[in-house]
Formats: sequence, C-alpha cells, structure tokens
Amino acid sequence: MAESTLIVSPAPHIRSGVTTPALMRDVVISLIPACAAGVYFFGARALVSLAAAIVGTVGAEYILERITGRPVTIGDWSAVVTGVLLAMVLPPHVPWWILVLSGFFTIGVVKLLFGGLGFNVFNPALAGRAFAVAAWSALANSGYIWPAGAEAAHWVQGFDAVSTATPLTLLKMGEIGGIPMTRFYAPLFFGNVAGSLGETSALALLVGAAYLLWREHISLRIPLTYIGTVAVITSLYGHDPLFHILSGGLILGAFFMATDYVTSPMNPKGQTIFAIGCGVLTALIRIFGGYPEGVCYSILIMNAAVPLIDRFARPKRFGEVKARGQNA
Amino acid sequence: MPRGAFRGGIHPPENKSLTSGLPIVPAQQPSKVYVLLHTTSCPLNPLVAKGDQVLKGQKLADTDQKFGVPVHSPVSGKVAGISTVRTANGHDDTAIIVESDGNDTLHESCVPVKNPLSLSRDEIIAAIREAGIVGMGGAEFPTHIKLAVPPSAKVDTLLLNGAECEPYLTADHRLMLERPQDVVAGAQILMRALDVRKCVIAIEDNKPDAVQALTKEAASVPEIEVMAVRTKYPQGAEKQLIKSTLGREVPPRCLPFHVGVVVNNVGTAVAVADKFYRGLPLVERVVTITGSAAAKPANLLAKIGTTAAELVEQCGGVKGELGKVIFGGPMMGQAVFSLDVPTSKGTSGILLMTAEEARQREVLPCIRCGRCVDACPMRLEPAILHQWAEQQFWAEADAYHACDCIECGVCAFECPSKRPLVQAIRHAKFEIGRLRKAAKERGAK
Repeated sequence: MAESTLIVSPAPHIRSGVTTPALMRDVVISLIPACAAGVYFFGARALVSLAAAIVGTVGAEYILERITGRPVTIGDWSAVVTGVLLAMVLPPHVPWWILVLSGFFTIGVVKLLFGGLGFNVFNPALAGRAFAVAAWSALANSGYIWPAGAEAAHWVQGFDAVSTATPLTLLKMGEIGGIPMTRFYAPLFFGNVAGSLGETSALALLVGAAYLLWREHISLRIPLTYIGTVAVITSLYGHDPLFHILSGGLILGAFFMATDYVTSPMNPKGQTIFAIGCGVLTALIRIFGGYPEGVCYSILIMNAAVPLIDRFARPKRFGEVKARGQNA
Repeated sequence: MPRGAFRGGIHPPENKSLTSGLPIVPAQQPSKVYVLLHTTSCPLNPLVAKGDQVLKGQKLADTDQKFGVPVHSPVSGKVAGISTVRTANGHDDTAIIVESDGNDTLHESCVPVKNPLSLSRDEIIAAIREAGIVGMGGAEFPTHIKLAVPPSAKVDTLLLNGAECEPYLTADHRLMLERPQDVVAGAQILMRALDVRKCVIAIEDNKPDAVQALTKEAASVPEIEVMAVRTKYPQGAEKQLIKSTLGREVPPRCLPFHVGVVVNNVGTAVAVADKFYRGLPLVERVVTITGSAAAKPANLLAKIGTTAAELVEQCGGVKGELGKVIFGGPMMGQAVFSLDVPTSKGTSGILLMTAEEARQREVLPCIRCGRCVDACPMRLEPAILHQWAEQQFWAEADAYHACDCIECGVCAFECPSKRPLVQAIRHAKFEIGRLRKAAKERGAK
C-alpha cells in the first residue's frame, strides 16, 4: 500500500464546485444579453468598443504583472469582467483608444496598485468610466447616440439640438416637456433609446441578472434595496419612479456593479446599508445634482465607505442576544 | 425560523448511499488491538503488564483524575507490550497492545446491571464512567462529566443527537435502524442520570426509516419525542441542534446545560444500554468504511483499537489510487498519515478518498464574496478572521470572536477561492488561548 503518498491536510476534506474563475466566467456570461442588445441597437461599433476595453484590461493585467514579475492572473477572468463592464458603462461611440487607455488605468491604478484581485477599494469598471469621462469629457459625452429609427427620439421638440442626449439628460434639461413619462416605458424597457452601450435594455440586463440569481452568485438584497430606495425618493420629489428605474444605468449598476463582491460589504446588514446609501445618492444626484445620471458616482462613493460599514455593521453572533438577556 | 432549522449551513453532497443500505456486520477478529492510554485529556495508568493474559471487557488502565475514563480490553488474549504508537491526530501516545486469542472470552466483571432505572443518579453516572464511555460522535468528551451538571443548572431536556450530518457516515443511521430498542433504553437511563422528564431524539430528515423505527420504538415512552430535523450541515453540531429542536440559543462561551439541555450522541446511548443491559464496557463501535477508494464499503462493528489497515483489508482493500484517509467524516474528520493507525472510541468512519478527490485546489485571493459569512452557523465572519490570522493580529481575531468557531468547516467548503479558513481560525484560537493563559499567569504573579 502506497502509504507514503497519503495527503495529510486539515479538514474540511471536500470543497464546493464553485471556484473564483468559474464564478467570474458566469458573470461574463450574464453580461452577454446586454452586450448583444448594445450591438443590436448601436451597431457593430459596440463590438469594437467591447473588444477595445477587453484588450485594455486584460492586456494591462498581463503586461503589468509581467513587468513587475508577479504571477500572471488573467486566467481568473476578473479582468475580462472589468473590460466588458467598462465598455458597457461608456457611450457606444467613444473612440476605441479611450477604452484601451481607460482599461489600462483601471487595471493598473484601481486594481493592481491596491493589491490586485480582492483588494481594490473601488469598482474597477466604474472607476475606469469616471477616469474616461474626466479625461476626455467632450469626446465621451458626444458618444451617446440614439439607435437608428428610434421612435422616442422624435417625441422631443428641438431634438436636433440634443441629438446626443439620453432620456435622463432630456429630463434634466426639461426637454421632455409635456410628453407623458409612461410613453417612455416601453422604449426604455427594451432598450431603444440613447445611453451607454450596455445600460439601455432593462430586459437584457434582467435576463443576465436572472442567470446570476439562478446560479446563486448574487442575491436580491443589494439590487432591490438600491432600486427601491431610488423609487421611494424620486416619487417623494414628484418624479415618476418607473422612469427613473428604467432609465440610465440603474438596473446595470444595481445588479452588476453594486453587487460586486470585492467592493461591497460582506454581511447582510452591511449590504443593506450600502444599497440604501447608493440609492439615496443616486436619487439626490439625479434630482438636484449637476449631472443627469448618478449611478456611477453613487456606487463609487459608497465603495469608499465599505471598510467603515464592514467595521460597524457586524452580524450578531450565535447566542449573543440571549447572552445579554441572561445578564440583565 | 421554522422548526428544525438554524441560520447558515450548507448542503454538501451526502454520499451516504454507499453504505446506508448495508447492515452492520461484525468485523473479523483483529490480530491485535492498540488500547490507547489517553482517550481524554488525562493519561491513564496501566493495570496490566506485558505477558499478562486478559479477557474481553477487562479493565486495562484507569486514573484518579476527574476527566479520565478507564479503558478495557476489546479482545481476550495476551498483553504483547505497552509502547508508543502514532495516533490518528499525528501525535505519539502510549498504548497497551493486546494480541487476540480469537476466543473473545468475556471477563467476569461484565455482568448486566439489575434494574438500572432504580439506581440513583450518582450510581448510574459512576457506572457510565466505569464503562469507559465517552461521546461517540467524534469529540470523545467523557460522558460522566457531561451528565454531572452543576446543581444550579436547571436541566430539563436530554437531547439525543442522531442527526449524523457528516457526509458519507452511516454508522448512527444503521444503529438507529437496527437497534432502536437500545437507543431508547439508553435514553431512559441517561434521562434518569440527569433526572429529566423529557428527551428529544433528533434525526435529519434524510433518514426517514430511522425516524420511523425510533418513533415506533418510543411510542410506549411518552417522555421521548422523535423529531425529524432539516437535512443541513452542521445540523449535528450541538448548539445548532439545540436551536433546531428546542429553539434555544446557547450563549457564547456557555455549555448546553446553561439553556437546560444535555446532548448525547445516539451511539453513546447504545453504549450505555450495552453497559447496563449486557454488562459490556465500551470496547467496540460501528465504523463506516466508505469512500470512492474503498473496494467494498461497509458498516462494521469493530473492536476499538483495530488498525485501519485491518478494517480496510477485510472490506476488499483499496480501489484505485488512494489519496487520503480520513478518520471521521469529510467535513471535520482527521486525515491520517498511514493506514496503520488504530481506531479510537470516537472513530465513526474511515473515509478513503482517491488521489483525484484529495488533490489540493489552487488557493486564490479572497474576493469578499461573503459566502463564508452566509454559511457560518455561528454567524461569524470567517474571511475577516482569516485576515486577522494572516496578519497575526490575535487581539482583533479575539474581538471578532474567533473562539466561538466550532470548526465545522462550512466556510472553507463554500470558499470559491479555496482558502484555508478553518486552519487560520484554529491557529488564531490557539494563539488567543496562549495569550489568555499568559495574561492569567501574569495576573497571578
């Protein structure tokens, strides 16, 4: 009997089949419907954007890890996730080199400088978007287009002047005027409006989110709390909550960004606080802020608060309540 | 929270069908047995010497210390020596080696107790100690200590643990199925020892036949309630089972009797019945031989102290390439370095894993997914405890309640990055214990 070859290691001796690379791959799979919708509405340009962003993020991870003599970690799929999400949160018509450079920035600065996978404070894709929008604001903002033949574009008076405006921008500028908000529901749900590459089709995003829920990679706690908070606050201020939910990046942000493991709290209590914070900031920025959209910055701001939330919103350990009762 | 549940927990593949349908069969007479002189934390003094003839059930070693229990010879034969052996946990221990004569002649001290239920509490507890009975679930905690609860504790319930939540193991399942009368008889004696009027026998609902068998057997004993609890690991952990069955939460750093409960394994109840109704001290137990690398899985009634090699050999040996041998279940069991290790009173199973199953997974960075937090039945944050342990921040680990960890292994099972969470927390517990001890000593000076 080959006893000398026995492995001796601590329990547990069995592990679940879920691995980090497989999980990241599932996230990529879940983003395919929204990317496909982006390509459908905005044309082949969207494919170029996706490719450029992935080349930027994966290339950055590979090159920077080779240069610094660290193990190359592109096999864990996390850089691919970042690349896809980065393209999805930027307008469909930004120059490809902006995507490549933003990919380099987000992997190099936001992820690797902080210690790589698991150690980044900020959501890499959103930080990459913030970088792109800050560095090339005119180029980035003129990248919004309406899908060819989008009916909703013609409802707005003086449309030519705002041909790159998203529905939220139109709302902010008061251009929606007397058009009933409810008329926008269907175009917003299916995605036939202007917006970032991967954010316009609520339907496609929800299909992807359903996949992640079915695979038990995410729970509804953060997305529903986040969206619910936005709905409550916007309706308190007399806005149409459904318009707010369907437009902009709220569904994308709530299901795919705010649920990012690394940059959100680990326990249920913390996750609820985090999601409410995201919702409050998003609604406030949309209603009172200078920007039409607030999802990106809301999540980034709440990312920064996560260590604090983790520290104070701790789960109550087993038996703790009773212990207090006994002492009293 | 519904009855039969606690928060957290996981559903690992059960793999119990390998052996759950196989009746308990007596193991072959071993050539020799290793009777360890260290079952609990107390070393024992041998009562026999090399060359002595001994009989089955004869006391071989004992101690005056409170936590110690005696050991008895599982076979009749000759003492071949008293020497050092390597035990399952990798430590060296002293063992009395008895060579079997194959006759299994019973020692004269092994006589049934007349009318056990008319004995006093102290008499029952003393007899249980004398029989060398310890917790059969794996922890080997001396049963007489568990039963001797302080008078201030108002214990009202005996909880018999038949959850058997560890994957693969079926020893308790078969015991409940084949010897329900002994489970009930043992339960009645234990109830008498605790002076309680209520007993709950908890069984995971993946063993409906055992629930049925015991319900039928206990029908005539109104004090005993058989309860099916949800199949979820670690349902059989003491504190979780109390929560599931009685809805009571044992506070941190407290024992079950603080909430009025004493928990014993169903196997322990059978051992008690064996002592009182058959006169047999704890010298044999059911061991599940199982796993993908086991040629013919089985539930064996084996003499305690038989080597794993002998037991595995009579089950057709090893199939395929053997990668890992585990004493106990895959979640909390002990990987052993060799098959030449003797079983002990708590060895509920011998799990043989193939080289492929035993392959070490690549460890990746923590992605803070929170699966460990969701799964932890003690509601701890294993990922954060692991960070503290990595940084050797023992005070922080203590503040995050590392010492509440029951080492059930669900965090490490769930971790997609395959991080050694239990190992890190165990390390933290060890260091915290050292620091506390040092602080105490400083205080004493």
